[in-house]
Amino acid sequence: MKKGRKTISRVLTYIVLILGAAFCIVPLLWMVRSSLMNTVEIFAMPPKWIPSEFMWENYKEVFDTLPFGTYFLNSFIITFGCVAGTMLTSSICAYGLARINWKGRNVVFACVISSMMLPFAVTLIPTFLMWRTIGITDSVIPLIAPAWFGGGAFYIFLLRQFYMGIPRDFDEAAYLDGATHIQIFTYIILPVTRPAMAVVGMFAFLNAWNDFLGPLVYLNSEKKYTVALGLQLFTGSYRGEWNLMMAAACLVLIPVIIVFSFGQKYLVEGITMTGVKG
Amino acid sequence: MSVKRSMSVREKRENRWGVLFSLPCILGFLIFALIPMVVSLVLSFMNYNFTTGGSFTGLSNYKQLFSGADPYFYKSLTVTVIYVLLSIPSSLIFAFFIALLLNTDVKGKGIFRTIFYLPTVVPIVAMAAIWMWIFNPDMGLANHLLKGIHMPVSKWLSGESSVIPTLVFINLWTTGSTMVIFLAGIQDVPRQLLEAVQIDGGGFFAKLRHVIIPMMTPTIFYNAVMGVINGFQIFTQSYVMTQGGPNNASLFYVYYLYREAFEFSRMGKACAIAWVLFVIIMVLTVVIFKNSNRWVYYGGE
Repeated sequence: MKKGRKTISRVLTYIVLILGAAFCIVPLLWMVRSSLMNTVEIFAMPPKWIPSEFMWENYKEVFDTLPFGTYFLNSFIITFGCVAGTMLTSSICAYGLARINWKGRNVVFACVISSMMLPFAVTLIPTFLMWRTIGITDSVIPLIAPAWFGGGAFYIFLLRQFYMGIPRDFDEAAYLDGATHIQIFTYIILPVTRPAMAVVGMFAFLNAWNDFLGPLVYLNSEKKYTVALGLQLFTGSYRGEWNLMMAAACLVLIPVIIVFSFGQKYLVEGITMTGVKG
Repeated sequence: MSVKRSMSVREKRENRWGVLFSLPCILGFLIFALIPMVVSLVLSFMNYNFTTGGSFTGLSNYKQLFSGADPYFYKSLTVTVIYVLLSIPSSLIFAFFIALLLNTDVKGKGIFRTIFYLPTVVPIVAMAAIWMWIFNPDMGLANHLLKGIHMPVSKWLSGESSVIPTLVFINLWTTGSTMVIFLAGIQDVPRQLLEAVQIDGGGFFAKLRHVIIPMMTPTIFYNAVMGVINGFQIFTQSYVMTQGGPNNASLFYVYYLYREAFEFSRMGKACAIAWVLFVIIMVLTVVIFKNSNRWVYYGGE
């Protein structure tokens, strides 16, 4: 009797989990299958899951319809600039806030953390006006520059958590041997926190690659567009060509999936780390 | 005395290094947070646009918003509040439930976790494209399936009454990170407490009610606060999928702000709109925090 109930609850658990997983994965599979169909088959009723003929030329046509190659290059430039800036400056700042005792440290940390609560809408317009006054909107600079000033409170917070966990005797010993903070940072702290840096790099990559509002606000000329904006052109002007739109969506997703598959474990760690103990 | 008061050489040096190392984020805070905040507040009292510049108009922007002279203000506020009220409980319950199931001894936990987390890394524009296609009223998968089982079809994103529920549903697709946070929280629940309930003859629901949920309140609380903050700032979904339509039924607050600022070039008014949002989020966060000690259990008391 008791065993029977246990089996039922186990079966129910699996059913619910599989249904939930299907809910998460089916839309992605639907996108992939739609991207490989011709314009007739894609609307077939009842729906077919496997295309009778794989239309790889849809992907070529995406590049013929819109300059997606250029968009990819633009996105890569912005993403690289953001990842490099974030990893460099957030780790330096986190070191300053975690492992150097200086006056005003707590005030600065409190300010940085409180800026996490600030809605982006409040800073959006003045920041836009600032870049416009300098005259460099419609360039990648407004999109990359913030990454070189700490990269965002989230990353500093995350790295600081890691740096705080490293025993103090490490750098005390090094200090007595005459090491400077730059040496302690590069030779002691950075090597032992490599996984944390990987987390920061991946989050920075995903954020920069997936960003939509930033490019939308700052980039005006189409040849400077990112893939996110390019994809939006498909949902807007080329409505109806669903197979091309799905192929474009797949293309935008590929780099994300690659990064995700390499760093899945670290990403989950990073999320739980900042989420629960925060 | 004076020797004790003055800083030692080492202290002075540490101060210098501390400032130097933290300089990027100090500058970043000033350039991208503090100064814009002040400028935004000043602009909200001005009538500012690109071409003519600006002049001070006192409270007129705020008066215009609250008097209802611009009907879109209250409309967008209502739409956003409804969205937040629907999306936060639904995503919290869904994520919590899945985390609960993944905490049992099912096989393939890692695979499930990966699958549930995957949608959260999909770019919002790609997510929008996928769901626009699935919820296309004429040719989408959703209505295909409904027709297949002889159910009434829906207009989904292009129906005035169905657009918000549809967006709430799509939001469920990206609850993976919330689920991961819940899962980590559940794994921290002390085993002895669960075993104690078991010894007393309590089943799954007793464990849930008397141990798991009370122990999880800090995590639920954190996710709720983040949900409110993020929910009020939803933008890209409506920009890409609905353009605020149909008939402004999905005109979210930030979309309204974007439209005022970048389509109508009313920068001063847009800043006033932003400040109202800021105050709303601040007040809500404070209220949630104030109430939290009533129902959030922090261990060790």
